[in-house]
Amino acid sequence: MGTELRKWSLLLGAAAFLALPLPSWAQLTTIDLAQKLNTEAHVGKLTGHAKAGAADYRRYCVGCHGDLGDGNGEVAQWLEPPMWPKPRNFQLGVFKCRSTPTGTLPTDQDLFDAIGRGFDRSAMPIWNTFTNQQRVDLVAWVKHFSPRFSGGEKPGDPIQIPPEPEVTPERIKAGRDVFARVQCWKCHGVQGMANGPSASTLTDDLGRPIAAFNFAEGSRPKCGDTDKDIYRIFMTGLDGTPMPSFADNIKPDEAWDLVFYLRTFMAQNSKAKAMAKQLGLKPVDPNAPAPAGQ
Amino acid sequence: MPALRGLRLRNIFHFATSIAAVALVFASIVLTCSQPAHALPAFARKYGLRCSACHESWPMLNYFGQKFKDNGYQLMNDRDAPIWQNPGYWPVTFRMTPIWHRVSTGKVLVDTYSAGGTSPSGVAVQRVTSSGFDLSGLDFHTGGTLEKNFSFYLLPSSDPTASFHFETVMARLDNLFGSSWLNVKLGKFELDNLLSEKRILTLTGNGGIYQLYHFTPVNDGNIFGQMGDNQLGVEVMGHSWNDRTRYSAALLSSNDGSVQLPDGANSYSAFFAASQAFDAGRLGVQRIGAYAFVGEAPTTWLTTGGGTTILPGSGIGNKSFSREGFVGQFYFGQHVDLQVVTQHGEDNAWFGQGYGDFIGGTVTGNNTTGTVLPAGSRNPTWNGVLLEPHYVYSPQLIFIGRFETIRMSQQANGAGYAGVGGPSASNLGNISTYTVGYRYNPFMTNRAGFAWHNEYNWLHQDGTGPTLGLNSANINTSELLLGFDFDF
Repeated sequence: MGTELRKWSLLLGAAAFLALPLPSWAQLTTIDLAQKLNTEAHVGKLTGHAKAGAADYRRYCVGCHGDLGDGNGEVAQWLEPPMWPKPRNFQLGVFKCRSTPTGTLPTDQDLFDAIGRGFDRSAMPIWNTFTNQQRVDLVAWVKHFSPRFSGGEKPGDPIQIPPEPEVTPERIKAGRDVFARVQCWKCHGVQGMANGPSASTLTDDLGRPIAAFNFAEGSRPKCGDTDKDIYRIFMTGLDGTPMPSFADNIKPDEAWDLVFYLRTFMAQNSKAKAMAKQLGLKPVDPNAPAPAGQ
Repeated sequence: MPALRGLRLRNIFHFATSIAAVALVFASIVLTCSQPAHALPAFARKYGLRCSACHESWPMLNYFGQKFKDNGYQLMNDRDAPIWQNPGYWPVTFRMTPIWHRVSTGKVLVDTYSAGGTSPSGVAVQRVTSSGFDLSGLDFHTGGTLEKNFSFYLLPSSDPTASFHFETVMARLDNLFGSSWLNVKLGKFELDNLLSEKRILTLTGNGGIYQLYHFTPVNDGNIFGQMGDNQLGVEVMGHSWNDRTRYSAALLSSNDGSVQLPDGANSYSAFFAASQAFDAGRLGVQRIGAYAFVGEAPTTWLTTGGGTTILPGSGIGNKSFSREGFVGQFYFGQHVDLQVVTQHGEDNAWFGQGYGDFIGGTVTGNNTTGTVLPAGSRNPTWNGVLLEPHYVYSPQLIFIGRFETIRMSQQANGAGYAGVGGPSASNLGNISTYTVGYRYNPFMTNRAGFAWHNEYNWLHQDGTGPTLGLNSANINTSELLLGFDFDF
C-alpha cells in the first residue's frame, strides 16, 4: 500500500512538474525574451542593440505596450477602439506602416520612422525627442519581442515608387475613376469622410472595431503625409487592418492619380484641391455603372 | 570567561548579520521593486502615459515633457481637444506634502534675562534648532486644452496655513497660423526657465528654491528681478517641430507677479530665452541655452497724509536691473545628468541703497525730488552658478545633488561710501549652499504620484548675521527633511 502510494505520488508530482510550463505556452515569457537580447537593428550607419533600448522602453513605452510587448500595458484597458486604437502587439510582428509588400515584415527603417512620426488619432505620441541612436536601439528592442524576426524571417523588399508626375485636371478625374472602381468609397465615403456604407462594420484582424481614415478631418495620414507616403499605402496595404494592398489592382500611374484625387478631400491646401475646385468636380456616384471596359 | 565573551561576540555577530540581512532585503526591495511607474495625474490620466514619459522624476520634466508643455500641453496627435475625452475626465491634480523636518539656524539674536528677571536684560547670539512634523502648502493644478491649440493652466496655491493666492493663471494660443514657432500666452506664468523652479526636486526652505533665481544683495530694494517667481505678462514662444530649437520673449509688469498693480503703472520688464539641443548618440540629447531678464522698476512713490502713506500704483522714477546667463542640460547615458545655470546680475545703485520694494507695504526710502545717493554708491553686481547632478537609478528612484554659489563682484556701498556704515565688505551677502537627497516612487501609474522624499540642505551666507563682538557675522543654516510627497 505504502509503495503504491509512493508510486502514485511520484507520478503525480512528475506530471505536475511537467505541466508547470503549460500556462506560458501561449505567449512569450521574459525568459524567452532574455534569449533574444542580442537582436540588432540597422538604419543607415547606425546599429541598434535591443539591450540598449530596454531602459527607454521601460520609461516611455511599457505603459501601453506592456513588459512583454504584447500590447497589454496597464493603460491598454482604457483605450477603447475605434476612437483610441489598442496598443500594437509586437509579438505578432504585424505592422501597419511598411515600405514592404503586404504580409512581409517591415524594414528597420520603417519601424524607426514610425517611432519618430507617431500615429495621429491614437495614443502613440511623436517620439522625435530621442536621438537617432536611441530610436534604432528601440527598434531592436521592438523586434526582439517577435518570433518572426528572431526566427530568421527577412523583411520584404521595399516597393519601388516611380517618380511623381505633375498633377493635372485629367489626372484628378482619372483618380476619381480609380476611387470609384476599387470602391474606396465603401469605407472612406464618397467625400473621404470615413462614412461609407461599410465604415461602421470595420474590424481589425483581432476583431476590434477600427475606423477608416477621414481625409476631411485635417489629421495627418498615419503612415506619413507626403504624396509618396500615401502612394505607398495603396501598394503595401495596412497589415492587420481592413485596408488591403492594391498592388495587383492598381497600376503605378493610376496610384498617382488616386493620390491627387485624395488630396482634393483633405483639409490642407494643395494644388490638386485648387484644381478640383476649378473643375467643379463632383463626388463619385456609388450607384453609377462602372466605367466602360472596367 | 573567554568562552562567554566568545558567545557574546557570536551573538553580537549574529545580531549584526541579521540587521544587515534585513537592511539588505529592504534595500533590495527598494532598489528592485519595479511596479509600473507613474505620470503627473492630470495629464497622465488624459493621455494614458506614465509619469516617467514626461518627467525625469516627477515633477521635473524631461525632454519629451518639455516638448509636451511647449506644444501647449498637447501630444499633437489630433486627440488633444477635450471633446475626445470621456466627459467624466476632470483635469485636476492636488499636491501636498506632510513632512518631518529639523531646521537649525545659526546666529539668531535673542534676548537674555538676568536671574529672576522678567524683562530682558540684554541680547545674545545663539543657534536656534527646531524640529517636528509639519505640512507643505497645497497646490490645485488644473490645466490642459480648452480646444485644439487653445490651452490653459490654473493653479490656486496655499501656504501651510491655507492662505491662498493665484500662482499661475494663463491661457495660450498655440501653433498660430499652423506654425509651432508662434505661440502666445497671457496671464501669470512661470518664466521660460529651462531648469524650472516650479518643478524642483527638492523641498527644504533653502534647498526648495534656486538661490540664483531670487538673489538680491544685502539691503537691496529690488524684488522685481526674481526670475523664480511667476510673473504677470504676455509671452511669445516658438520651437521647432522636435523642440530641438526653442525661443521665448515675454513682456512683464515689474511687480513680481503681484496683482492689482501695486507698483508703478508704467514699469515693465522683459525676459528672453533661447536654446538649442544636440543629438549625442547614446549619451542622449544635450541642450545649451541663454537667458536675459532686463527691466525697470520704480523708486519714487506719491504719498498722502503728509508723506506718511504711499499710494499703490503711483511708482515713478524707474531704475534698471538685469540678470543674464547660460543654461546647460547635459546627459551622460540613461542614468546620469548635470543641469547647469550661470548668472550675472546687476541692479541700479538706487536699488542698491534700498529704494524700490513697496509690495511689503514700506520702502526703505523714497526717491523724491532732490534726493541724492551718498557718495560711493554703486550698482551692486554679482555672479553665480548652479550645478545640479542627478543619478537616475530608474524612473522610480532618483538621487539629487546641488551646489549653488553667488559671489558679489561689486557692493552697493563701495570704497569711499559716505553713507551710514561705510563701505561694505567685498563678500557681504555671498551665498554657498549644498543640497543632497533622493526621491523614491514605490509605484508608478498614470493615476497618481507618490514619493518618499529625503533631503538635507546646508546654506552659508557671509556677513549677514549679528556681530555682537563675534569674529564673524557669517550664518550657517541647515535643514533635514523627510516626507511623503503625493499628488492625485
